[in-house]
Amino acid sequence: MDSVGNIIMYFVAAIVIVFFSIKAVTTRKILRAATYLLFVLLGTAVLYFQLGYQFLGGVQIAVYAGGIMVLFVFAILLTHKPNENSGIIDSHRRLLGILVSAGGAVVLLLAIFFMPLLDGASLLDCLSASEPITMKEIGEAFTGSDRFQYLLPFEAISVLLLACIIGGVTVARKS
Amino acid sequence: MGITLPILILAIPVTMFLILGIGGVKMSRKLAGVLGIIANGTLAVIAYTVAFTYFFSGDPNFIVDGVRQQFQVFDVTWLAFTQTLVVNIGFLLDPISAMMLVVITTISFMVHLYSWGYMEHEGGFQRYYAFLALFTFSMLGLVVATNIFQMYIFWELVGVSSYLLIGFFYKLPSAVSASKKAFIVTRFADLGFLIGILILSYYTDTFNFVKLTNNPESVLATFSGATFMGASVMTWAMVLIFTGGMGKSAMMPLHIWLPDAMEGPTPVSALIHAATMVVAGVYLVARMFPLYCIVDASLTFVAVVGAITAFYAAVVACTQIDIKRVLAFSTISQIAFMMVSLACAYDKPVEGVHYAGLGYMAGMFHLFTHAMFKALLFLGAGALIHAVHSNNYTEMGGLRKYMPITHWTFLIGCLAIAGIWPFAGFFSKDEMLAAMFSRHWFWGAWMTMVAGLTAFYMFRLYFMIFWWEENPKYKEHTPHDAPWQMSVPLIFLAAVSCVAGFIPFGEFVTYNGEPYHIHIDGATAATSITVAVLAIVLATVMYRKKNSLPTKVKNIWPGLWTAAHHRFYWDEMYMFVTHKIIFGIICKSIAWFDRHVIDATMDMFAKVTQKTSYAIRGMQSGTIQTYVYWYFAGAVLLAAITWICLI
Amino acid sequence: MDLSILWYLVPSVIMLACGVYGFVTRKNLIAILISLELMLNSADLNFVVFNRFLFPGSMDGMVFTLFAIAIAAAETAIAIAIIINIYRSIGNTDITEINKMKF
Repeated sequence: MDSVGNIIMYFVAAIVIVFFSIKAVTTRKILRAATYLLFVLLGTAVLYFQLGYQFLGGVQIAVYAGGIMVLFVFAILLTHKPNENSGIIDSHRRLLGILVSAGGAVVLLLAIFFMPLLDGASLLDCLSASEPITMKEIGEAFTGSDRFQYLLPFEAISVLLLACIIGGVTVARKS
Repeated sequence: MGITLPILILAIPVTMFLILGIGGVKMSRKLAGVLGIIANGTLAVIAYTVAFTYFFSGDPNFIVDGVRQQFQVFDVTWLAFTQTLVVNIGFLLDPISAMMLVVITTISFMVHLYSWGYMEHEGGFQRYYAFLALFTFSMLGLVVATNIFQMYIFWELVGVSSYLLIGFFYKLPSAVSASKKAFIVTRFADLGFLIGILILSYYTDTFNFVKLTNNPESVLATFSGATFMGASVMTWAMVLIFTGGMGKSAMMPLHIWLPDAMEGPTPVSALIHAATMVVAGVYLVARMFPLYCIVDASLTFVAVVGAITAFYAAVVACTQIDIKRVLAFSTISQIAFMMVSLACAYDKPVEGVHYAGLGYMAGMFHLFTHAMFKALLFLGAGALIHAVHSNNYTEMGGLRKYMPITHWTFLIGCLAIAGIWPFAGFFSKDEMLAAMFSRHWFWGAWMTMVAGLTAFYMFRLYFMIFWWEENPKYKEHTPHDAPWQMSVPLIFLAAVSCVAGFIPFGEFVTYNGEPYHIHIDGATAATSITVAVLAIVLATVMYRKKNSLPTKVKNIWPGLWTAAHHRFYWDEMYMFVTHKIIFGIICKSIAWFDRHVIDATMDMFAKVTQKTSYAIRGMQSGTIQTYVYWYFAGAVLLAAITWICLI
Repeated sequence: MDLSILWYLVPSVIMLACGVYGFVTRKNLIAILISLELMLNSADLNFVVFNRFLFPGSMDGMVFTLFAIAIAAAETAIAIAIIINIYRSIGNTDITEINKMKF
């Protein structure tokens, strides 16, 4: 039996995620869509915290909600005039979108509801089954090269980010 | 005798080939020529040493109780395919291979020396010497082969060298096509040779000559009476092997390449296409002689082919204008002479025949003497061509005053080939004719007629070149004798042609190794000399001075003359068969099949792919969202399939 | 009432469906990018959830998510650079006008 606070926190996060996801893809004002995306990301961060991954939640807020959202806002401001709405989506297109997304959702929901593997353990059991992950462990995981350690991908990511900085500058530069 | 000298005999020419072939570009002409000549001189000395050791040392390896033995100096495994199929490389010494060593190295040395003068102003001098060395190597390897497969390998190598040397002036289209013709025709014949080898070795489990020929009855027994299309398999094998010999020795109907091969440099014609390579077929029959004797049909085949070829070539030689072609047809005719002579020999004593193996001995004797005087004639022809810059005797005439050395040596060559005492050809030809008469009077009479024709066309050639009428062009460009490098071989070979007949050849080379004392058969000798002299007189009457007699004779049967002049249209027949029938009918239908069935199938694949792609290319609309629909549809479909499978 | 794995997967699925809907219906490139982020985020959430509920002892899912976030950052940066470039050349960011990459 999870604590009531936990459940309430879950519901708040889940409702925020669902509601603002829908708003983000249906609103006609692009800046608002970005803002709604921000709320979704924050809601996801709440779930990460609740699942016991504090570091990950922090990264989600700092990088995603912080860094990436700033990029979005900049891009929107650079490419859109104020108060410019995107056009109304025609019904044919919308219907097709709903069909595709709903179809996908139905398939996935069927899958997760009928997959026997997914039954069972509650969050509390799982959280108590293992020690909380400490920063030391994460740090070691990123700087070692043994099994379950990730030095090579870590370095690869750093190179990727460098390449991306250079590529971003090159692509966006005025010729 | 150790194995050093025999190995050197093969090693020197192949080394020279590599040195001159690889390093020749960097060498001066003089260095290349001197190197080639010195190496060949050394080679000749070594070969003489080996041959003399074989004949005169009395070593029990070589001679036992006066009977000469076959001796394998070495015989090493070269390729072992299976337990029974083993190819060896070795060095076999027996009377004929020792004799051939002498012939090849002598002629080769003379030709090397002669070429120094003859080829002086030609391009690719070093390449020429490299090819000569390659040829010498291959020919020596051929004659000393211990087994038939080694012989086949070197057989192909001489074919290659011949190809390279015929096409030496590769800028002339005629030389290129002549070399191709020679290679293709001989290669075609070698296919039969190879099949024959395979049949023979399949039944006998061996390639080795000594094993094969020492006990021909047991070889015949291994075939156990197998027959194929009405003839015994052994006969087939021997005839197929002889096919290879027909190709190399230019027997009918595979003779067409030899006249064209005269496109090569004249010394090459002397070496390859007169003295050595073309007698490889005779050598092959001699080498396998006991096997040919055991199956009578194959020997008869050899005799018939030889007799027809000899007559045909002699007739054609009477009408040719190009002096080298006359000599080429004369070569064909003389080789056919040797073939008939071999085929008229017996391998064991026969009642009523005073010496059974006479044909064999005489054939080999003629091979030896013919190599000398035919090389002499070719080298003389080379000197004439060198002086007159034309191959046709119509450009010559009256040359005896201008070129005395060439004149006298050429005359000696003509007398020798015509069979006049005391020149070399008389002795060998007399023995051959005696052997033929002893087999059947028909062979003897027929070949005596050919001998008469030989004397006639050779003296026709001689008079047309040196007498007849002086060409007025000599006033502007006076022909003169060749330089010493060319004269020395001429004189040497002329001297050999004078004395070679007195060599007691029967003491050295006989079919069973036992010595035989040659004696001149009076009746045969008288007949053949009479015929030859009559022919020479006829030629003298017709051609000594310019007159209208030849034209009158020609006009008696103009059709016959034209046909003979065109070599009885053999080339045209070949062209008809290859172009009209093989290319025109068979190849065309195959090409049709290729184009309309095989290619068309491939085209269809390409077209279907293209059309389909064209039809569905609209799906690649460039609108990303459309792709996402498809992507999602695919994902959902996969999920559904997975779902169904799980249930 | 226990918070089982399903409770977490359902919002994730809805988030993904919204992302798909947005991706296929919107015409604005930046809106499409936002939809893309939604989908990516739902995948990240799944990694973490499966890690927590099925393999509580390890932290592979979390590490995967960390890398995914880093890659998402890179991807977004490049995408936005491209979008700005497109805007500069054709004056808007409407996807219906960017369909030159076809047959």
